[in-house]
Amino acid sequence: MRSVMSGDDMTRALRRIAHEVIEKNRGVGGLVVVGIRTRGGPLADRLADLLTEIEGVEVPSGIIDIGMYRDDIDTRPRIELGPTELPGDIDGRTVVIVDDVLYTGRTIRAALDALADIGRAAIVQLAVVVDRGHRELPIRADFVGKNLPTSSQEHVTVRVAEVDGEDGVWIEGSDRGSEQ
Amino acid sequence: MKNLLTMEGVDRGTLDALLNDADEFYEVMHRPIPKVPTLRGKTVATMFFEPSTRTKLSFERAAKALSADTLSFSPGTSSLKKGESLKDTVLTVKAMGADLMVVRHSSTGAAWRVAEWTGLPVVNGGDGAHQHPTQALLDALTLRQHFGSLDGLRVAIVGDIRHSRVARSDVWAFSTMGAKVTMIAPPTLLPPDLTGWPAGVSTDLDAVLDQFDAIYLLRVQAERGGVSVFPSVAEYRQRFGMTDVRFRRLKPDTIVLHPGPMIRGIEIDSGPADDPRCKVLEQVTNGVAVRMAVLFQLLGGSKQENE
Repeated sequence: MRSVMSGDDMTRALRRIAHEVIEKNRGVGGLVVVGIRTRGGPLADRLADLLTEIEGVEVPSGIIDIGMYRDDIDTRPRIELGPTELPGDIDGRTVVIVDDVLYTGRTIRAALDALADIGRAAIVQLAVVVDRGHRELPIRADFVGKNLPTSSQEHVTVRVAEVDGEDGVWIEGSDRGSEQ
Repeated sequence: MKNLLTMEGVDRGTLDALLNDADEFYEVMHRPIPKVPTLRGKTVATMFFEPSTRTKLSFERAAKALSADTLSFSPGTSSLKKGESLKDTVLTVKAMGADLMVVRHSSTGAAWRVAEWTGLPVVNGGDGAHQHPTQALLDALTLRQHFGSLDGLRVAIVGDIRHSRVARSDVWAFSTMGAKVTMIAPPTLLPPDLTGWPAGVSTDLDAVLDQFDAIYLLRVQAERGGVSVFPSVAEYRQRFGMTDVRFRRLKPDTIVLHPGPMIRGIEIDSGPADDPRCKVLEQVTNGVAVRMAVLFQLLGGSKQENE
């Protein structure tokens, strides 16, 4: 398992993303930060705290569970559902979805469907810690902590302190060292 | 979990997980658009070989809220009248593309047989006087919502326990989740053999009335002989009914549950039935939520995992 982002790297990336969110949206008015369960939740809280700190305006955050919206229930083991907790109505607001890894795009597709069932956001944007490529759907992130070219055989692990006890990004299952 | 056929022997982790999922589906039911795409493309067949209003409607509501399609079978209008066997009937419905069957039947073990014959996931929607597992789940959810937990909760189940599949499922679910259950009935309405039941017994409701956090009233089941073993309906009401007088003697925070349909004037008077501490309508709402959780559990996992 090879480290590709330290805890400090992640903190700096989140801070940069916070500034990019503010720049793109010309402030934080009407912004809601929503993390995808599990690791997106604490990441969304942190991003909202950074936005609040930088702009001096309270930015709310929440968490969304996509277990009811997956399109792969026949092929993958099911996981227990968790609560979706949004800080009030999202109608007409700008929602920044936060997740740890962007890979096939199917999780984000599910999150967009879940969000649409809850309310009608004016704008939805996506922030991820790592974009590892291999998209299966026409989805892209607006804010990326690190672009990480991977092979589909490799496994990317993002650890978040609130869930895993430490921050950082690792890659494993790689045989790129022996690639010719 | 491949099937849900009984509450007996189902472990606490499984019950907790189902109720946790049910909490989330309860939230879905209270959205402006109470529907999620979770089971799109799946077909749930409700095979009710015995009359039912709420359980059948509840399963169909649950399936539709999960975007599953439903096939509905009722014996009165079916080829059972022409002599078709139970086995041929369920295999026919399987051949039409059912992915899961909910089975209600007057014979104990009918749902097991259907699971064997079809190989499909089967939910027991009530078999004779034996088991009614989704009723127990919705009752447990109602208790958990109200009290936060069933741990240490004192629950009385009152009435026709002998003929009640609800009681047989409830005592297992409640006790597995940590409640102390007491069955209260006249001796003629208690099961002939009480060994192995995880519950205490009393035949005198008035003597223990103020000891419970929840009182679960059963319906007197005329269709299963519940009247013939008791001298009169009036006497039943007098000794075991939730009358206005008894209701006032309960602890002020005791709640009353009933599986429905309530027979007012026998097991419950109108005063208690319409009181906010009577949770019958919450039970009905929770029934849809737990059935969504059960359908999701049985149809919403990888096939490898379920087998």
